[in-house]
Amino acid sequence: MGALAQTPFLSSSRKLLEGSLVGSMDAIILQILNGLDKGGAYALIALGLTLIFGTLGVVNFAHGALFMLGAFCSVTFARLLTISERVRDESVTFFEAYKEIPYLEVWYGDTGRAIVDWAVPLSILLAVPFMLLVGFAMERGLIRFFYKRSHAEQILVTFGLAIVLQEIVKYFFGANPIPLTAPPALAGSADVGALFGMPNVSYPMWRIVYFLFSLAVIAAVFAFLQLTTFGMVVRAGMADRETVGLLGINIGRKFTIVFGIAAVVAGLAGVMYTPILAPNYHLGMDFLVLSFVVVVVGGMGSLVGAVVAGFLLGILQSFASMTEVKDILPGIDQIIIYLVAVVVLLVRPRGLMGRKGVMES
Amino acid sequence: MSESVLTSEKGIGRSPAERHRPKGDGMRGFMSSSRSDYVILAIFALAVLTMPVWLAPIGAGYPDILQKFAIFGIFALGFNILFGFSGYLSFGHAAFLGTGSYAAVWMFKLLSMNALIAVVFAIVVAGIFALLIGYVSLRRSGIYFSILTLAFAQMSYNLAYSVLTPITNGETGLQTSRSDPRILDTMMGADPHILRTPDFFGIALQGWPGFYFCAILLILAFFVTMRIKNSTFGLMLFAIKSNQNRMNYTGFSTRPYLLAAFVISGMYAGLAGGLLAVTDPLAGADRMQWTASGEVVLMTILGGVGTLLGPVIGAAVMKYLEQIFSSFNEGFLHRSFDFLPTGLQDFVVTIVSPFVGEGWHLTLGLLFMIVVIFLPGGIMEGIAHLTRRFRKGETGGSGQTARTGH
Repeated sequence: MGALAQTPFLSSSRKLLEGSLVGSMDAIILQILNGLDKGGAYALIALGLTLIFGTLGVVNFAHGALFMLGAFCSVTFARLLTISERVRDESVTFFEAYKEIPYLEVWYGDTGRAIVDWAVPLSILLAVPFMLLVGFAMERGLIRFFYKRSHAEQILVTFGLAIVLQEIVKYFFGANPIPLTAPPALAGSADVGALFGMPNVSYPMWRIVYFLFSLAVIAAVFAFLQLTTFGMVVRAGMADRETVGLLGINIGRKFTIVFGIAAVVAGLAGVMYTPILAPNYHLGMDFLVLSFVVVVVGGMGSLVGAVVAGFLLGILQSFASMTEVKDILPGIDQIIIYLVAVVVLLVRPRGLMGRKGVMES
Repeated sequence: MSESVLTSEKGIGRSPAERHRPKGDGMRGFMSSSRSDYVILAIFALAVLTMPVWLAPIGAGYPDILQKFAIFGIFALGFNILFGFSGYLSFGHAAFLGTGSYAAVWMFKLLSMNALIAVVFAIVVAGIFALLIGYVSLRRSGIYFSILTLAFAQMSYNLAYSVLTPITNGETGLQTSRSDPRILDTMMGADPHILRTPDFFGIALQGWPGFYFCAILLILAFFVTMRIKNSTFGLMLFAIKSNQNRMNYTGFSTRPYLLAAFVISGMYAGLAGGLLAVTDPLAGADRMQWTASGEVVLMTILGGVGTLLGPVIGAAVMKYLEQIFSSFNEGFLHRSFDFLPTGLQDFVVTIVSPFVGEGWHLTLGLLFMIVVIFLPGGIMEGIAHLTRRFRKGETGGSGQTARTGH
């Protein structure tokens, strides 16, 4: 970048300029990639938040906690798989040494070892039913009593619930982050640059997997909403809840299912995020505030807006944390998302893709 | 210090209050209401000042915790002016608390260890900060307002940790040191290189003097809040809470009232932050974190939103619970359930232990939920329910008298 300012007109420096341009292109692509996985997490959480807000009209401050619960599904599943047997370590001959071998490995050999390695993606099998159950329980046990109450009270009760959930997790798993590893096949870095003709851009494989995974989940949610009768009812409910109720459709049941789906989406986002960021009990709170901002920027009640804003803010954040940007605006990486939210709320309160008249006040 | 708050409140509210009062029982109503106000104030002042006596039996009769009661009482009182009176839920009030703390510590460093200067400066800085944030945030209402304030508070928190390190001293936190100039103290002939505790014109604010300093400010803050509640300004805020559209249609611009309420409540938070720095001259960014904002919301709700006394009670109850719950450990539990047979004792201790000590936040979260679900009016509503029921029983079930009596 420095070469640009110095002598851009001298032919001898053209090569240098091109080189730096290519270099900055690399950096830009790297930053976009950096933003994509974080943006994916934001988008998934924000999608669930919007779904809940659009259909049930509830502001769910416990949604970050659901993300965190998903992450701990992964932890639990990995721990279940690695329940181990203590055996004598034959390789140490000087003294009696023991090592732990997971039962799976003892029983099934290499297959077992592969299962242990793939613990994180496999924990989806645990997370989906578990999060569905949690979502149902939450909606039936708590949220449904708050449909008619003010947003402030909804915020407060779900905030309390979030504290309770994270403290329960803290009680069982401790306060320290628990690192998990991606499957070895996906743990290295991928030469993504080769796709764009830039050989020196490589990127952690798992983050790309996460991005693709989030895209797949988003696509599944949208397909579900667009292609099924149930989805049609949900969309109708988002547009005009009262009329749908008057048409004789049991909204209560639908609401429960929607809440369950939103919980599963947040949970899946958490499950797959564990190799990127070691989960601890306040992971949810950290993501919640940002996801709320994402929802507001995207437009309250707009599903597409939530997804777009999620990726947009993720990318924006990673750009703001480039050293070149930080040199000009110190600290910008810390506040960029909030700053964008403030500007959007003031200039276009309904958000980037919010419908006119929906929650605009 | 309170004078400035008081006059500004008077300027906005008090004089029109007298002008607009209906002619019929105007004077009488005004007189009697103000007389009962002073009775309430006197009782409140007495109760606060004698806290060391009547709270001693429950183990809260020592200055450290009573000081906390008073400081967070002020914080919650101020928060209630905004949330309780006007219905605007700010989720970023801790930012003002933190700002107040930083401002006070800076005064300790630069000018003097006199607490009065520090506290006044804390109020002023927090007020200006609240004016800026309030001006922007109040362009939106409802949940958007909550998110805007949350965003501003998080920005302040993040900046305090990173770029503003020269002012806030980052993660270490801002504290007084021997090399501080302390200009005024030096001028008065004190050796600036000896670290002293904050004082009030020579009275070191440690232990009981510290508590009484906070207690008197709490009483002052309570008085101001009472005046605001009874003024036309307070009435405006309540009207905004019940129906803002109608206020607008009637031709009132609601924003100046809201902004005034926001700034006043920010100043209360600044005062509380300053007092926190007085009790311990150390300010850290964690005071600004949004969980701290959530805490003051809980205090207010727990006590009773919109009531005068509720937030103070809520703050005290919460700080008290925090103190006792977080100090319990397993050994203590075993001792206190000693009277049970061994098996049962172990069982009870296993059940209870996740809720105490480190797990105090679990209790806090549960408390939060229980209050919001079952008692949205907080402790004050609970008390009102109980007295109503009690009176009903006394007068042979005639609800009419009970209601008028209330």
